[in-house]
Amino acid sequence: MQQSVAAAEFLAACALSRVDAVGAFARDGLLSSQEVFTQQLVTGLSNGMIIALIAIGYTMVYGIIELINFAHGDLCMLGAYFALTVVGALGVDQWAGTGGIMGLVMVLVGTAAFCGSLNWSINRLAYRPLRKASKLSLLVSAIGASFILVNLGLFWGGLPMDVFADGTSSAAPKAFPALVSAAPAAQIGDVIYSRTDLLVLCVTLPLMVALTYLVRFTKLGKAMRAVAQNPTGASLMGIDVERVIGASFFIGGSLGGFATVVYSLYNQTVSFQMGYRMGMDAFIAAVLGGIGNLPGAVLGGILIGVIRSMSDGYLEARWTNTVVFGILILILVFRPSGLLGAKLREKV
Amino acid sequence: MIRRTASIVAALTGAAFLLAAAPALAVQDAPNKKLKIVSSLPQTGSANAQTTSIVNGIKMAIDERTAMVDGFKIEFEAMDDASPQKGNWDGQIESANAKRAIADPAVVGYIGTYNSGAAKISMPLLNKAGLVMVSPGNTAAGLTKPGLGEPNEPAVYRPSGKVSYFRVVPADDIQGAVACEFCRNDLKAKKVFILHDRELYGKGIADVFKKTAEATGVEVVGFEGIDAKASNYRSLVTKIRAAAPDVVFFGGTTQTNGAQVLKDLRAGGAKIPFVSPDGTFEKAFIEAAGKDSVTKEQGGVYITFGGVPSEMLTGIGAKFVKSYQAKYGEIPEAYAVYGYEAGCVLLDAIDRAETKDRAAIIAAVAATKDFNGALGTWSFDENGDTSIRTMSINTIEDGAFKFVRTAGGAAKAK
Repeated sequence: MQQSVAAAEFLAACALSRVDAVGAFARDGLLSSQEVFTQQLVTGLSNGMIIALIAIGYTMVYGIIELINFAHGDLCMLGAYFALTVVGALGVDQWAGTGGIMGLVMVLVGTAAFCGSLNWSINRLAYRPLRKASKLSLLVSAIGASFILVNLGLFWGGLPMDVFADGTSSAAPKAFPALVSAAPAAQIGDVIYSRTDLLVLCVTLPLMVALTYLVRFTKLGKAMRAVAQNPTGASLMGIDVERVIGASFFIGGSLGGFATVVYSLYNQTVSFQMGYRMGMDAFIAAVLGGIGNLPGAVLGGILIGVIRSMSDGYLEARWTNTVVFGILILILVFRPSGLLGAKLREKV
Repeated sequence: MIRRTASIVAALTGAAFLLAAAPALAVQDAPNKKLKIVSSLPQTGSANAQTTSIVNGIKMAIDERTAMVDGFKIEFEAMDDASPQKGNWDGQIESANAKRAIADPAVVGYIGTYNSGAAKISMPLLNKAGLVMVSPGNTAAGLTKPGLGEPNEPAVYRPSGKVSYFRVVPADDIQGAVACEFCRNDLKAKKVFILHDRELYGKGIADVFKKTAEATGVEVVGFEGIDAKASNYRSLVTKIRAAAPDVVFFGGTTQTNGAQVLKDLRAGGAKIPFVSPDGTFEKAFIEAAGKDSVTKEQGGVYITFGGVPSEMLTGIGAKFVKSYQAKYGEIPEAYAVYGYEAGCVLLDAIDRAETKDRAAIIAAVAATKDFNGALGTWSFDENGDTSIRTMSINTIEDGAFKFVRTAGGAAKAK
């Protein structure tokens, strides 16, 4: 979270002039094919970084308790509703200048804390009692949690608030206020680097660095790796396994919280159904990179984002899902444990 | 003491029984003289505001006749054909609704659907069962008109061989052509990029638009089906920018992500007019798009609609809008008047039918001629289509729809 405060300086550029005119970007002519490629790459990377941040939450949980946490995408969805509620209740979109940056950081950190705590609670209530049960029971429990979250989102969207259009239609998609304008931060040739692209980079990169540091160099990280390797062995060494699992859920959830705010600012739409797509993309990314492997999730996320973007751009949009899943199958045929995944242990 | 309490209890119980029996006795006055009309519209999801106002329109049509037609009591039930999982119409639910209506012998009319794709499912079921269907919102041309949709349309929807489906709204063969003509004449478009949602309605109108564009010398620089569940369309927007069209046409609805396409178009820097059909002619579209992406400075949004918006209605239509406002405290959504008209034309047919069975009512609806309703004076043709051909072009200003002009009124006779 320190990183996000540090990122405030970067965000300053984004937020300060968010209401200003977009400025006519006079187009001298058609985009050259190289410009098109660069623009598609920028789009792909931005989408990919968001997917990657969500995928980390999947992969962390899988790495530690071998559960595919199907509720993760919907957790992020609920995070977006939380962020929208905070923005609406406090009128953050009206804050200007430094206040705007502080508001943005507050929404980011608040949503991360919300998602982290919620994920921790879900683990405590729905998964922990099933620790000794079969993995299948745990999976069913995760699907159940996902349904509950979706319906909470459906209910939440019906609250009588301005940002929810007075709750007239709870299932309708909601517009998320542009705390960071979509206006270009830079334009090189005809390639537009928007402020939201910059925001994605400013939020996701520091978080990934922080996570790497946490897992590699801290005591908690060491404990997490130990539990992932062998929970029984770890507990014999005096590690409080449940505490470590809880912490992983909290960290994975809060990364999802950061991701969902960035996602909402990037797309400017929030819907109770968005969790399915977010979760699906992130899950594929985690599998592609090797589920249980943190750098793998990031690599997978970025790959999915770029593949989607290139397929939309150079093939037809309707083929995109086919292309993504085709590539996934192809990679899994040759590398069953994903791009960076370690060989699975034999299960007895 | 005990006895007194007991007698009070007895008296109270007796009174309660009498009260409970009173309405039951009233109903018994007309034992079998009861007919039922149902509607099937997507009421879970963002179309809810639109479809609720359609239901209100139907209710007003029934209330105007104090729920009595030719000595028969009219009951009404509004069914929902959407599911929370989809937030949009759901084929399984539409099919279940149609079957439930068919199974209830009291049901003599089925008002629906809103989405053409949903109609495709219930039309053959209702046709086979001989139950009349009047749609306030379906516009896909192939549902009624031979030669404009798939080769087996519309015969595939009429297993009984008879026409039992009618619609009070003009179809997309007119709307798509009007949209294209508007792009060419008013927006001076020489190149268009066409997107659609890959649904019956959206793809259908996009096809008509494309055909008209090609016939009138407007270059089609792109034609693509989108993934209606995608989180954003930035890559597609880059592709659109590279093709440099003068206009983007989106064949689809609010529920198939029309607003997201618009937002990404603006975020991606394409400040060109966005033209879409009546599936986006609802407040939910403006809400989902947000106030910044719909402005004229950003290129403008133009929406075609089969008919004229509520505030432009005259005669009975204007009267309807006035009483709607008085009753519900808001200006009705664009399709409310079609719900009202569908209800009126159905009740009128029930009134005219000699016997009140399903077959006689189908015949009476089909015989509707020079009907003087809220939309004007019109008739159903042999395909079940309205004779009205008036379209309107609308734009968005200050977060509300604004009428631009009518179009296609005196279009070629069929």
